[in-house]
Amino acid sequence: MKKRPEHFRLVEYLIFAGITLVTMCACICIGSVDIPLRETLLVFKNALTGAPQPQNLAVSIILPVRLPRVLCVALSGTALSLAGAAMQGLLKNPLADGSTLGVSSGASLGAVIAIAFGITFPQLPFAGTMVLAIVFAFLSLMIILGLSYKLDYSLSTNTIILIGVIYAMFVSSAMNVIIVFSGDKVKDITFWTMGSLQSASYQNALVLAVALVVCGGILFGNATELNAFAVGEDNARHVGVDVKKTKLTVLITVSVLIGVCVSIGGTISFVGLVTPHMVRMIAGPNHKRLLPATAFGGAVFLLLADLVARVLLRPLELPIGVVTSLVGALVFIFIFYQTRKR
Amino acid sequence: MLKVKDLVVSYGTKAVVDHVSFQVQEGDWLMIVGPNGAGKSTILNAITQGVDYQGEVLLNGTDIRRKKAIERAREVGVLAQRHHVGYEFTVEEIVRLGRYAHSSHLLAGGKDADEAAVTHALQLTGMDEKRHQSILTLSGGEQQRTFLAQVFAQNPPLLLLDEPTNHLDLVYQKQVFELIREWLKTPGRAVVSVVHDLSLAKAFGNRALLMEHGKPVVQGSVEEVLSSKRLDPVYGMDVCDWMQQMLGQWISEEKEANEDTV
Repeated sequence: MKKRPEHFRLVEYLIFAGITLVTMCACICIGSVDIPLRETLLVFKNALTGAPQPQNLAVSIILPVRLPRVLCVALSGTALSLAGAAMQGLLKNPLADGSTLGVSSGASLGAVIAIAFGITFPQLPFAGTMVLAIVFAFLSLMIILGLSYKLDYSLSTNTIILIGVIYAMFVSSAMNVIIVFSGDKVKDITFWTMGSLQSASYQNALVLAVALVVCGGILFGNATELNAFAVGEDNARHVGVDVKKTKLTVLITVSVLIGVCVSIGGTISFVGLVTPHMVRMIAGPNHKRLLPATAFGGAVFLLLADLVARVLLRPLELPIGVVTSLVGALVFIFIFYQTRKR
Repeated sequence: MLKVKDLVVSYGTKAVVDHVSFQVQEGDWLMIVGPNGAGKSTILNAITQGVDYQGEVLLNGTDIRRKKAIERAREVGVLAQRHHVGYEFTVEEIVRLGRYAHSSHLLAGGKDADEAAVTHALQLTGMDEKRHQSILTLSGGEQQRTFLAQVFAQNPPLLLLDEPTNHLDLVYQKQVFELIREWLKTPGRAVVSVVHDLSLAKAFGNRALLMEHGKPVVQGSVEEVLSSKRLDPVYGMDVCDWMQQMLGQWISEEKEANEDTV
């Protein structure tokens, strides 16, 4: 077998970043109305140099609608995938993800409660939803892992799936009850169960970017510890990892990432399951390589899913979660089959 | 080097380790023996802070609970019975984890020292040629040698072994135990191991602790502890007679057959 480098090399960063940029460009150009690449680039050039924009359809679509959406899709893809990769390493389980564990549903419940009961922070109207989504994501993780550890200390795949499914069902029924009683205040249940970044704004993109820089930095800083956990929690303790501290750090970080994503785009399932699995085939399981590759891979995967959601039934648009769930379910079955075979 | 004083580990109201005390000096290979459920592995788990306990575990005079995980790992290494690695890590990546406790240590010599330690450990265990191979493609014996290389790279003065060759065939059993015997020859080192195989305990250990239902029965030199007088009441059978039946007849038959051919 060929030697695998310990870190993600510069050339790999450049290739992955290039692919991400090309995909972003494609997503900006293609949609219910296709815009030629030259026109798109001209709009960007004018925007960057401050030159006056021509008065045409492209300008009114690209900057106010498509660009913020594409940015939010890419950033959400990265955030959800990093959260998935970190959980899979920490729990030594390739099926662990915000959606399979029911954490995303928990975060949705938090967001719905915040909107239905009008929980806000002065000056930051969106923060109430976000904070509650984060808190509920963390509480959900604690409940799910607590129950799983009680049932089966080795956290086997079957236990995790079972608890996750039951928890997600419980949470979605609670969410339904709140939505029914809250009238028009809360968005459609489809938004919370299937996700949508249709009306994403630059402000959303900024919030996602900040969360990603902070949380991504923390996860990258814990790459070696995640490697040790992926080999086994006991082994991690034996080589000197502070297992309690690492667990708490990673679980809080993952909750923040999922909470922020859910409060902005609803539950977009399976992104954190599919991307790390695909990327692991190319980059290997070492988190020093896996995390950067997953960051780019997640953006590309969700951008492509969003593109398919937008163009498949043009001019109708599918919720983005429909596409990710479709792919995710197949990958889920594949991984489940593989792990059972071992 | 290691001093365990009045160690008690309880699950609920049941004490699985009940007032166990022992000491390990440099150069010792202490064998902890006893039937299933005697609490042998739990003692090792307590030393590495894997379970809550009462009593004291002192490492070179300091309470091990006061040490950070990373400090503890520089002084105590563990080779577990089995490893269920979930992902396709390479042998080298697993062994490199053994340097975790040293890589952030200012006096450890940096990256070059880490790489040298990893390569040395791989060579010692004969895994150098397979360093880029996935752990999941290896046999049980090779996987165990990989984790032995990890603990060699960790380079602690005290090594804890939890039935390290339980599921390995004779060849690998011999290899692993002989590698550890060589490792122990360097001054300042000691080994504590939990073993089921009494013949291995007698062949490699110099001291032994016999346990039953979480309580220490007797400790001392292997000759003293691993004797019929001590073992038979604990195991509820004539241990030496059983070994004689199992091996004695077979060995004498083999001897006779060899003499006939000569």
